[in-house]
Amino acid sequence: MSTRLPDARGYFGKYGGRFVPETLMPALEQLTEAYEEAREDEGFREELSYYLREYVGRPNPLYLAARLSERLGGARIYLKREDLNHTGAHKINNALGQALLALRMGKERVIAETGAGQHGLATATAAAMFGLECDVYMGTEDIRRQRPNVLKMKLLGARVVPVRAGARTLKDACNEALRDWMASFETTHYLFGSVGGPHPFPVMVRDFQSVIGREARRQVIEKEGRLPDLLVACVGGGSNSIGLFHAFLEDESVRMVGVEAGGRGMTPGQHAAPLVAGCPGVLHGTHSYVLQDEDGQTSDVHSVSAGLDYPGVGPEHSYLKETGRAEYAAVTDEEAIEAFQVLTRAEGILPALESAHAIAYLLREENRPAPDEVVIVNLSGRGDKDAAEVVDILGLEAGEGGRHEQD
Amino acid sequence: MNRIDARFKDLGARGRAAFIPFFTAGDPAPETTVELLRRVQDAGADVVELGFPYSDPIADGPTIQDSYHRALRRGLRVGEVFDMVRQARDRCELPIVAMASYSLVFRMGMEDFMDRCLAAGLDGATVPDLPVDEAEPFFTMAKERDFRLVCFATPATSEHRRELVIEHAHGFIYYIAVRGTTGERTELPPDLVDNLAALKRRTEVPVTVGFGISRPDQAAAVAGHADGVIVGSAIVKRMAAAANAREDPVETALGFIRTMAAATRETN
Repeated sequence: MSTRLPDARGYFGKYGGRFVPETLMPALEQLTEAYEEAREDEGFREELSYYLREYVGRPNPLYLAARLSERLGGARIYLKREDLNHTGAHKINNALGQALLALRMGKERVIAETGAGQHGLATATAAAMFGLECDVYMGTEDIRRQRPNVLKMKLLGARVVPVRAGARTLKDACNEALRDWMASFETTHYLFGSVGGPHPFPVMVRDFQSVIGREARRQVIEKEGRLPDLLVACVGGGSNSIGLFHAFLEDESVRMVGVEAGGRGMTPGQHAAPLVAGCPGVLHGTHSYVLQDEDGQTSDVHSVSAGLDYPGVGPEHSYLKETGRAEYAAVTDEEAIEAFQVLTRAEGILPALESAHAIAYLLREENRPAPDEVVIVNLSGRGDKDAAEVVDILGLEAGEGGRHEQD
Repeated sequence: MNRIDARFKDLGARGRAAFIPFFTAGDPAPETTVELLRRVQDAGADVVELGFPYSDPIADGPTIQDSYHRALRRGLRVGEVFDMVRQARDRCELPIVAMASYSLVFRMGMEDFMDRCLAAGLDGATVPDLPVDEAEPFFTMAKERDFRLVCFATPATSEHRRELVIEHAHGFIYYIAVRGTTGERTELPPDLVDNLAALKRRTEVPVTVGFGISRPDQAAAVAGHADGVIVGSAIVKRMAAAANAREDPVETALGFIRTMAAATRETN
């Protein structure tokens, strides 16, 4: 079914499309054509696999989190370790694919939007390696809370362009990157970080990220001799979740849950959960679920996690929600912080606050899997970037606040 | 006859280009917009483009985005924009064209949007993030209502898209003169004249030029080769500066519009 989507115009059912100024259409047409050629090209696919293997370190493990499993009542919980990728998150899978495509199109420069900074970091990394000029748009609020990634991007030679408009987060960074691209597309590729935006970004980013699910499916069959019962992944724009889900879409026995940012609760303006609490609308070039007011003005959003702090979501998720193939839930900031601590203490793994949302879903009593079930959680990124923010939120001073003070 | 068509027909007969000022509804205040709509014809405007403030206008540069955000921070609702037009219509006979993001239009529903526009006294709309292929289902809906849904073209628009524009265009074609967003530019592109001539040979629909025009000499230069000249950011910027300096934004806008409209007329 859905594995064959989108259609030629970039629609997943009624979601998707291209709602951008005419100025951008030539850029999207060129990109669509270049991507369609590249994905049929054995040489392109081999080059990408080479870098994913030798540079990113794929395949990464599907790790049986034994202590977390025990804590959750005995179901076998596997973590897909995207956090172990070079640069520390799944974002590099897509950044490398698009950087190779940019080279193929003869572009000299890439631009990107970033929230948590993981996509910006992945883009800056690929740009450094391939000798591309790189500008990363980032809201000033995110620059503040994701400082470690800002420093890394600068060291890699990227320019981090502060965005002061609106809420100064991911949505505003997207607006600025789109504007840059409208004036620069002849020399510049917009290396978009998620499965939203106008066609062909949702399908292209999904394809580059679907390596996650292809590996996980093979690995779980090797380890368990069967398919998993449940997949869980966090959803901001939705790229790590689509990446995990895609290879399992036709495996009808596999349930899929996408976990959005419930922020401070489901009051409008206090969360970032368009699939749970939004409605279909148009934002950033695509028709999908979105958080907006009755007029269509984009709502304020909030999440403790900069990577999930976005009012829209990729159109394929809207399609999966509508067809019922995937389910979507939201967990709060507080639950994510709790899950961050649980995983850190139980497994010695610091998850990104984004990924902690997926763990938090399983920690809820009502979502606890049965003891005979097999679950895969996408650990989409590592939590180093969030360490300072979490210490701050928990009121721990660095240098104290160890295990004993906590317990 | 639709006011837009009537106006261009009249201007065509007189062999001159339309001057089309853009301003943002509700910035700095709804009363300002109503007053401008009532007085802009005397200042030399032929058509008015009225911006519906939107939170995330990707086609627009910082000047118009800031004006949208100012209006929204003051709590402006889409419904009030229709009210402003309705109120001004007692003393405004000019064609008024909405500029509204598809995010707003989709939320209302295209059919309701057109009906509410017409009821308020708007004659057409430019929806900058609704390119011609996504707009295809709506052209019939517009024609049935005598409403004009404006098509955009740019120097880089591919041939098959150009054909779509020529097939569907009514009212006028909005030709985007420069790459990038709305906003002032020092220079207009050197190939603009050739590009305009090539497009005009293929269609009877008036071709207007916008994006990047901010000076009288630029308006005069474009007016010689196009059926209309659209000026937005340069007006919005002057109004914002006037409001900041506690001067009258309406008089400021009208003064500038007079200069630009006169320059548009000087040609040919």
